[in-house]
Amino acid sequence: MAESLIVVGAGPAGTRAAERLVQAGLRPVVIDENERQGGQIYRRQPENFNRPPEKLYGTEAARARALHADFEALRPHIDYRPGTTVWGVAEEGLLAVRGSTVTTLPFSAIIIASGATDRIMPLPGWTIPGVYSLGASQIALKAQACTIGGAPVFMGTGPLLYLVAWQYMRAGVKPAAVLDTSSLATRLRGLRGMMSRARVVANGVHYMADLARAGVPLHAGITPLRVEGREDGVTGVAWQDARGRLRRTACDAVGTGYGLRAETQLADLLKCMFAFDPRFTQWRPQVDPDGRTSQPDVYLAGDGVLLRGADAAEAAGRLAACALLQDRRIAVAPDEIVGLRKSLSTLDRFAGGLAKAFPWPAHLAAALPDDTVVCRCENVTAGDIRHAATALDSPEINRAKALMRPGMGRCQGRMCGLAAAEVLAAARGVPVDKVGRIRSAAPLKPLPLDCRIAP
Amino acid sequence: MTAFARVPARADVIIVGGGFMGAATAFFLRTHGLSVILLERDLVGQAASGTNFGNVRRQGRYLPQLPLSNRSREIWGRLPELIGEDAEFLPAGHILVTTSEEDGARLEQYARDCKPWGLDLTMMTGDQARAMFPMVGPDIRAVSYSPHDGHANPRLAAPAFGRAARRAGARVVEQAEVVSIDRNSEDFTVETADGNRYHAPLLQISSGAWGRAMAATFEEDVPMAPQGPQMGVTEPLPYRIHPVIGSASSVTEEGVYLRQVKRGNIVFGGGRRSTADLATKRARLDPMNTLRQMPYLARLVPAMARLRVIRTWSGVEGYVQDSLPIMGPSDRIPGLFYAFGFCGHGFQLGPGVGATMAELIATGRTDIPLDPFHVSRFQRTVPTHTAP
Amino acid sequence: MPALFRRVDETGRRPVRLIVDGHEIDALEGDTLLTALLTNGHRLRRNEFDGKPRAGFCLMGACQDCWLWTETGEELRACSTEVRDDMRIVTQEVPWLNP
Repeated sequence: MAESLIVVGAGPAGTRAAERLVQAGLRPVVIDENERQGGQIYRRQPENFNRPPEKLYGTEAARARALHADFEALRPHIDYRPGTTVWGVAEEGLLAVRGSTVTTLPFSAIIIASGATDRIMPLPGWTIPGVYSLGASQIALKAQACTIGGAPVFMGTGPLLYLVAWQYMRAGVKPAAVLDTSSLATRLRGLRGMMSRARVVANGVHYMADLARAGVPLHAGITPLRVEGREDGVTGVAWQDARGRLRRTACDAVGTGYGLRAETQLADLLKCMFAFDPRFTQWRPQVDPDGRTSQPDVYLAGDGVLLRGADAAEAAGRLAACALLQDRRIAVAPDEIVGLRKSLSTLDRFAGGLAKAFPWPAHLAAALPDDTVVCRCENVTAGDIRHAATALDSPEINRAKALMRPGMGRCQGRMCGLAAAEVLAAARGVPVDKVGRIRSAAPLKPLPLDCRIAP
Repeated sequence: MTAFARVPARADVIIVGGGFMGAATAFFLRTHGLSVILLERDLVGQAASGTNFGNVRRQGRYLPQLPLSNRSREIWGRLPELIGEDAEFLPAGHILVTTSEEDGARLEQYARDCKPWGLDLTMMTGDQARAMFPMVGPDIRAVSYSPHDGHANPRLAAPAFGRAARRAGARVVEQAEVVSIDRNSEDFTVETADGNRYHAPLLQISSGAWGRAMAATFEEDVPMAPQGPQMGVTEPLPYRIHPVIGSASSVTEEGVYLRQVKRGNIVFGGGRRSTADLATKRARLDPMNTLRQMPYLARLVPAMARLRVIRTWSGVEGYVQDSLPIMGPSDRIPGLFYAFGFCGHGFQLGPGVGATMAELIATGRTDIPLDPFHVSRFQRTVPTHTAP
Repeated sequence: MPALFRRVDETGRRPVRLIVDGHEIDALEGDTLLTALLTNGHRLRRNEFDGKPRAGFCLMGACQDCWLWTETGEELRACSTEVRDDMRIVTQEVPWLNP
């Protein structure tokens, strides 16, 4: 029987999954939304750019180089579809689109490595031009050799806050401040788990020390209040320090993010079972340790299911491929699986530590002023969601969406969904897992109405 | 197990199913002064009522349904005074368009036939239609224009009736799945999954696609199957398309329709339907159908071809074999009433069904002809129901 | 008003010229449309509901807040579309049916 295997995503997880399938003599289709392989962390600059990997990826340059080179070596052995977006699932197979051409891809098994985006907590003023996600701030630099401004504030929480600030400083743009909602005390609580990867912790400490030495103000335990500015740009941020004092920092751009949010829509369309993961305070597809989902022949790997970072994604991608092979009675050395599981469990401890050290500040959602835009596609405010919760008696997020539209726009709640659920849960006085999650629907990304099925 | 004592609840009428029909009936029963308990398995207006296209269309309907439909249209225009909100009802007109001569002739015929039923349509040539509605495509030939029809937001309408019913004193119980209905000499007793029991001498079944199973408990079978409409919506654009535009083609796949909401998105649907599952309560949209709709949408409004679809959905609708609803009294059980199986064309009727069923239940009669919708049409024995 | 984005490296690329709202702007080969517009100005589009300017948010094709139109009505996601010579972009008025 001819196998038709699909790997979605060509970041660290997708690349390693495809590589392992090729090693078993199979030829997977690899679909990637980006024009160039690498995913987000190891995102590649356009071909006519000249900066060396060391400049783009810092301490991870060697891993990036290896991932890119290994993928190039795979090219003759895979059916690679770059610049192609998976947007739906039909009886006939996976539906993908490039430009206006839709392809139907039947499959006997699929590994989804769809990655993650920043987890966003809205705040007043966050729709002003010049406010970007932390990931965006980094992509501007990495993939376009640009910065989002001349004196940006990085505000939110998580290790990326310090890495991006440090990268900006190295690029000659000194951040106006790094404002972290996590307190020093919570960071210490997470430290134990994080010490499973002392090298990474040391890197983080090194970034902070460099920033402090350069005179970049670093504040912990802050409460973001608002982004200030006019229609044409940011002028500053207002925040409260750990002692509750009102502070203002002048800046011309803001990068914000609170850890990551798994990109799970495709797994949802494939009817994978989801569960609330209290560790990452978000819903995600349920997987066994090797990446098997509740659906036969559907496997998940990388940050698209468990937010454990790029190194874990590589191991998880390979492991998911091993699981797929085993399930098809293709021999896999037990040592390989044991080894991958073992390295993943270390990385898992680390991820748990990180989540503890830099917790999602759910309480900020409850405190958002009523006129704050939460859903930036549809301009739905926190007050609108509270209206859905109380006057319109919506017990869960899809009902609130139906009645007041949060998550109903072009991005389908990717940016606002988690925060909108927190606003709703707070207004209903229930834990966030009780208000559910926004259901995914085709098309996963806006689909042109003039599209045609490829012959 | 719950530690609370289960208090039996009693009312004049119990309504099983809080879709548009149930919610509107509950509201209008209160205006007749009857006490009502509305039992909804999930949330009011969540299934077919909340996922349909949002057509407030009279033209094209089965002619004997027009009195009901006209009554409903009249209520649509009074929603703010009745229930305190308009559910985004926009009486911006409705046009049915054709690309073939035969379909055009059918429209002509209908426009003549519907006049005695109180519906005035204007027939137009393609060019006349394009002069009035410049977005309409060059392939369009004959057009039937119904100026007082329009569209509304299906996600809002039934919940708004549910809230209005509650404000008017109805007991609206959500997340209450009915597990059994018994009838003794005086009362119906309805038990819900949480163990609560409700009693009333009168009962309405308005549980949409699930109505068949409910009616079957009273040994009244209806040939009926669930299906899912194939809906989608584009990104928002400046509001330019005022009337609902629907294809009157007799070819299933060509039969698409669209409307632009004031916020700017264009909602569309039509063509083939997908299967729906009563057990999981889900109808999955088949995205291949969305692709099939695209060229026909662009034929109606060529400027749509440049837009993007941002979301699709479906919902569980009940389709009766003869494409007509089940509405009116039971043929077998005194005190039992039906209003379900509206075959994908129930949204416009919602307010009228509510008003008519309430009238029928409260007074025992209505001037709206319901004969064609009587459940007895599928019974083997000749029915002995009373004609209105 | 200075531009939103600043170039910090890779400035030796071939220039590309495009037209935005009728005005020529200079970009560099390899720029995304987003980079081209934001190194020359401070917004990409306006939100449909409040008319206020937006300049993208995620830069990775997730937030959908950077859609632009060409003069002929083609839609482009600015963060993931590379600039080409003589692209003609409109940010002010959607090329859609006339009122």
